[in-house]
Amino acid sequence: MVEEKIVELYPEQEIRCPTHLSIGEEATAVGVCENLRQDDMVFGYHRSHAHYLAKGGNLKAFMAELYGKATGCSRGKGGSMHLIDISVNFLGTTPILGGTVPLAVGAALSSQMQGKDNIAVAFFGDAAAEEGIIHESLNFASLKKLPVLFVCENNLYSVQTPLSARQPEREIYLLGKAHAVDSYLADGYDALKVYEIAKKAVEKIRAGNGPIFLELLTYRWREHCGPNYDFELGYRNEVEFLKWKEKDPIKKLKEEMLEANILSNEEFEGMREEINREIEDAVSFAKDSPFPEKDELYSNVYSEQGHEK
Amino acid sequence: MKSNRIISYMEAVREGIDLCLEKYPSVFIIGPGVPDPKGVFGTTLNLVDKYGPGRVLDMPLSENGITGVCIGAALTGMRPIMVHQRMDFSLLAIDELINNAAKWHYMFGGWCEVPLVIRLIIGRGWGQGAQHSQNLQALYAHIPGLKVVMPTTPYDVKGLLISSIEDNNPIIFIEHRWLYNMCEHVPEAMYRVPIGKSKIVREGEDITIASTSYMTIESIKASRIIENLGISPEIVDIRTIKPLDTNLIIKSVKKTGRLLVIDSGWKSGGIAGEVIASVVEEAFDSFKSKPQRITLPDIPTPTSHSLTRHYYPTYVDIANKIATMAGMGTEKAELRKILKSKKYDTPSDIPHLSFTGPF
Ligand SMILES: Cc1ncc(C[n+]2csc(CCOP(=O)(O)OP(=O)(O)O)c2C)c(N)n1
Repeated sequence: MVEEKIVELYPEQEIRCPTHLSIGEEATAVGVCENLRQDDMVFGYHRSHAHYLAKGGNLKAFMAELYGKATGCSRGKGGSMHLIDISVNFLGTTPILGGTVPLAVGAALSSQMQGKDNIAVAFFGDAAAEEGIIHESLNFASLKKLPVLFVCENNLYSVQTPLSARQPEREIYLLGKAHAVDSYLADGYDALKVYEIAKKAVEKIRAGNGPIFLELLTYRWREHCGPNYDFELGYRNEVEFLKWKEKDPIKKLKEEMLEANILSNEEFEGMREEINREIEDAVSFAKDSPFPEKDELYSNVYSEQGHEK
Repeated sequence: MKSNRIISYMEAVREGIDLCLEKYPSVFIIGPGVPDPKGVFGTTLNLVDKYGPGRVLDMPLSENGITGVCIGAALTGMRPIMVHQRMDFSLLAIDELINNAAKWHYMFGGWCEVPLVIRLIIGRGWGQGAQHSQNLQALYAHIPGLKVVMPTTPYDVKGLLISSIEDNNPIIFIEHRWLYNMCEHVPEAMYRVPIGKSKIVREGEDITIASTSYMTIESIKASRIIENLGISPEIVDIRTIKPLDTNLIIKSVKKTGRLLVIDSGWKSGGIAGEVIASVVEEAFDSFKSKPQRITLPDIPTPTSHSLTRHYYPTYVDIANKIATMAGMGTEKAELRKILKSKKYDTPSDIPHLSFTGPF
């Protein structure tokens, strides 16, 4: 719903940064993050609005960041591709493929060195799995039995290039196995299934059994970057999209909940309204917030702080 | 009419690649999205239809590895062209580029050659931010064994690209996205523009401006304003930053006595400082005023357009700097009036008004 709002607002030309929407890919983010504690640490990538929100990131600060405002989560210095909310240990997203994956491994190393039981999670796409850094990260995490969960969201495309033009016919999760990491494949369009498998994974990792790799099959609805559909380009077709849309993970979850009598239609509509209000508030907040002052350009290049002596 | 054919920078790049693919069976082009329907901002569009997926290749997102693959192919008879849609992505491949491509010829006593072109696209604006807008030409120019080319005009980009593909050395070929829609006359034939030669794009008497890539366009805009106030700048488009050709700049400074160097990269350790040092070494006595530079401040790129407005220098900053260097007094008020007026206030984060993002 947040991103549907972005789709509506983007043409106003006030959100002036590259924006990669997760519409259609909600279940992976939610299914994994629902199992995390506040002190668990998450890193994301360029398509991470959903991860930020699912980890409990502040919606107003998120929206303001998209608008380049001083109140944004990165103070207007990051934009859609650089989201952070340290209050919930959402530790950053970047668009350099694979770039944050070893950072999650490093966060897990910290946890281990400090004798804590919080874990780290790295979200990344299927194309990022082609970077050497993924293997280096898996190898090290496996070697040191680090508490880190690798989550590869396989949406079948990298920009306009299909998986088949980039990787041989083998499942991505097998890459984890090659590094002796417990690895699983699951339907990323089934929120409950993601939740179940992530729950087991998180419990195992927290218990000190080392890293786990999850490949979750999913699908992006909109264009790679931006608010529109892109079927006219011809690299994928609408029939394919409609097949995935049919399986809409949110619709599916709603139906399952209705059936199980844990949700009524009225409650659902009530939630919708409440969320809509929250979104409207966030948009107003973003629009009404001031832009960063010129001086802000020069701040944060270096930290002014030092280690206590 | 054929002889007056006007095409864009983007089309000129594409044509240069096309002609080389046609002429040399050893040439191939590879990069993420090369055969896709957007064709790397149009520069590789439809080439796959003409030459097939065997020579117009997509690739896994494995920049370092595939760069090494290209070096290996180049050592053994092929002439690869590799392209990254943002220069930032080439950072994943600098090990192969700097440790292998740049060194192989020298390190093995000249037995082998690495005829490899790495096309890197740079840009500014639309909130691209810290990791999608870096102008890292100085980083590559620092490395012996690499040549670094930054063409500004459609004519030059085609000619320099062909020269680069025919060169037997690894070439870092840098294209600025804000140049892609610039149009001018470009001959259809295969022609070459020599690597390692700068060019005078505007003759003048009072001050020498030496600039790179897109900043040359901003320099030209600034000169158009400043010439109304009686100052005539001479503009040298540097074109190749490694090996750097300072001959024209030195000749020009001997005439004008003033030097302003403008680069799209950062200040510290940058191209502008390098140019100034090289010229001062040779022509110290010719200077009437201290040489100056306009660069990015030493700050990562922010995303908010309220910040990039102060981050990216434009023709306004250039005009002001020229005015100061030329010792203008009362005319400065006049300049301020011109700069404040009418058409000089497009948003600073888009190349032209019809641009609506997201790229
Ligand atoms: C190192 C690097 N190379 C290339 C790119 C350009 N790029 C940006 S997003 C993207 C697609 C990535 O696909 P995937 O990892 O599957 O994530 P998705 O966008 O499909 O969610 C590419 C190739 C990049 N950002 N970083």
